[in-house]
Amino acid sequence: MNEEMLVMSNISKKYGGVQALKSVDFSVKRGEVHCLVGENGSGKSTLIKIISGAIQPEEGAEIFVNNQKENQLTPIKSIQKGIQVIYQDLSVFPNLSVGENIFINYYAKGGNKWVNWKEVNQIARDTIRKIKVNLDFDDNVGSLSIADRQLVAICRAIATNAQLIIMDEPTSSLARHEIEALFLVIQQLKDAGITVLFVSHKLDEILKISDRITVLRDGNKVGVYERDEINDNKLSYLMTGKEFIQKKILGNRKKGKILLEIRGLFKKDQYEDINFKLYQGEILGIAGMIGSGRTELALSLFGMNTPDKGEILLEGKRVDFKSNESAIKASIGYVPEDRIDQGLIMEQAIRENTTVTIFKELLDNLGMINRKKQLSIVNYWIDSLSIRVGNVENPVNTLSGGNQQKIVLAKWLAINPKILILDSPTVGVDIAAKNSLYQIMRELSKRNIGIILISDEVPEILYNCHYILLMQKGKIVEESLPKEITEKELGAKIIGDRK
Amino acid sequence: MKNIVKKYEFYLFIIIVTLVIFFAVFSDNFLNLENFMDILISSSFIGIMAAGMLVVLISGGIDLSVTAIATVAQYIMAITIIDYNGNLFSAFMVAGIIGILLGTFNAFLIYYLRAPALIITIATLNLFYGATIFVTKGKWIYNFPDWFNQSHNLFSFTSADESHFYSGISLPVVILVLVFILTYIILKYTVLGRKIFAMGGNFEAARRAGFNMLGLTIFVYCYIGFLSGIGSVGQVLILHSVQPNAIVGRELEVIAATVLGGASLAGGAGSVFGTALGVALLAIVWNGLVIMGVSSYWHNVIIGLIIIFSVSINAYNRKKTLRGY
Repeated sequence: MNEEMLVMSNISKKYGGVQALKSVDFSVKRGEVHCLVGENGSGKSTLIKIISGAIQPEEGAEIFVNNQKENQLTPIKSIQKGIQVIYQDLSVFPNLSVGENIFINYYAKGGNKWVNWKEVNQIARDTIRKIKVNLDFDDNVGSLSIADRQLVAICRAIATNAQLIIMDEPTSSLARHEIEALFLVIQQLKDAGITVLFVSHKLDEILKISDRITVLRDGNKVGVYERDEINDNKLSYLMTGKEFIQKKILGNRKKGKILLEIRGLFKKDQYEDINFKLYQGEILGIAGMIGSGRTELALSLFGMNTPDKGEILLEGKRVDFKSNESAIKASIGYVPEDRIDQGLIMEQAIRENTTVTIFKELLDNLGMINRKKQLSIVNYWIDSLSIRVGNVENPVNTLSGGNQQKIVLAKWLAINPKILILDSPTVGVDIAAKNSLYQIMRELSKRNIGIILISDEVPEILYNCHYILLMQKGKIVEESLPKEITEKELGAKIIGDRK
Repeated sequence: MKNIVKKYEFYLFIIIVTLVIFFAVFSDNFLNLENFMDILISSSFIGIMAAGMLVVLISGGIDLSVTAIATVAQYIMAITIIDYNGNLFSAFMVAGIIGILLGTFNAFLIYYLRAPALIITIATLNLFYGATIFVTKGKWIYNFPDWFNQSHNLFSFTSADESHFYSGISLPVVILVLVFILTYIILKYTVLGRKIFAMGGNFEAARRAGFNMLGLTIFVYCYIGFLSGIGSVGQVLILHSVQPNAIVGRELEVIAATVLGGASLAGGAGSVFGTALGVALLAIVWNGLVIMGVSSYWHNVIIGLIIIFSVSINAYNRKKTLRGY
């Protein structure tokens, strides 16, 4: 231990005119779990790409792997040195078996022209056993959950004798209990003497799993810290250079006009006996894990999942939405959990995406879209939500996660909603953008919009809601005011009595 | 047993058996050795191309220019045989090499232009075919030497009382069987074949794993090119003539047979056994309808319905597995 496995000094990289990394020094010790943290655009990905050999640093850089100087790391050399990257998309082959996915790097080695299936399965089985995970080498990877696919990717890295495994934002699409399981695996890796470089911007995870932490901001290294000398607030300050103070919304539930009332809503195998009220200007939190029925319920309120029984009353009048079209007409907006697949048309322009909900209102007498009107609406929302965009004609996928989410928000605000349902709105969004989304929510609530915030992130629910509903296994099991509960208690309740 | 029932090939097999029983009941001329051989011979060409198509589809590509490649290969082969006095071996050599060359051309365009293989091969289909028609003015070729015309039958069956002469094991059928075996071995037991599966499953991940993507692309398009070249010679052996406009248009039949056999147009999935069943199914329906004297307009309708039916089974099965039942 404590011997340095990877030492990099004076690493700089320029992309076009942008200096992505500015003379950064970085080192990882053998056998540690090292976190590389920073906001989007801080240079994390660039640094990983340099380690993996995908790109080359500028002149003056020095890299040592296992005390050996490397003049130029290429992808193949990097793999030979025992460095394996697990990318966010996992790079698994859904059509192949678990065993073959684990074995796949042996194919690339060349040499053997024939496949020895016994060897494939033997190596797969040995690897699976090594980190004590529950995988069947015969299963098709396409039928596995994201969490299990990640385990396959980890096994694959180990199968080729990885000494350093780099995980790029590994938790971004995992449910909380899956994250816990992943952390156990990381612990196993550590016990087996494998070094893990964990790239993330999620504070709670970083603090939980790491031995040491390197913080990057705007391409500069802010510093490297031992786990014990750092906490939540300090880390968030180091990452952003700003302080964010989160305060609960105190006081009792303010009962004004009822916007939405749910009575005895039931859908088989999804949720049951759902009763709640949403008042004007209220932010109502629904705290629940993936699989608690939270998204199914949200979709029912948005007309996309017809309930079997029960009533939805909108401002006192019963509604039966046949589709989301009628929900939108009734001024309900829904920001989905998955903005990439459901919230946005990624390849299309920011301008189009922002106004996609109101195309009808933009039509002129000839039935054509009035571009002037469209642009003025788009610019209005870009200003008022302070969305950072270069050009509104750029595709949405050129924006950062936080700004993408603001575009989704903008397109729903454009319909002038009375009710806004936000399903896990800050997944994959960095701290600064997160806080700005919270600000926006509070602004909207002041303008009397009723907001339903669905999330499993404890601080998010606790510090932004007027009232909290706890959802488990399709039922609302508890209700509370933020002032009545602590972060720890809420966290334990969200995970529930699974264990 | 449960696993077998789950497999798509099983349903396909059931459909085939049902159809065979159906045709056998409604026509006296269907269920006999001679007709069986006829079906085999007439589907050998489509089958050989389908084996190539299977490999291309698994890799995530598609090749609509197969039939045009076959046409070019056939024509050049015919000219060499007639004008330069080759032998059977050189006939296959010439056609195979032409197929490989044109396949390489496809592969380079697809790889370097990063355009969908569908578009590229529609373009090269027209290019290869148009150029052939232009140069040959669409002339048919009949005047093959006798040794060539006689070489397709390897041996014949005679009935026990020697009153009946059946068409025997024909060279194209032997080639068909060899091609299926070769393709099976490549796909299942070579690293190359597994890389092709990986490439079709996740192209970017395959690249990251360090596979030579250009090499793989070249292989799959050369393989189908080679097979359509070889297959086209078999076709000439059966028909004793080259008609430049006879083959182009049947590429959809090849794709239909392959997809019917369970190969995915999205890449990464497909089996040789399934493809063989797909080819057999189409050939049996075609043959059975002809024997029953059903108007040829109905053939396409029925084949269309069969494809829709089998795709529905596939979709239903996939849905079931997605739900995890």
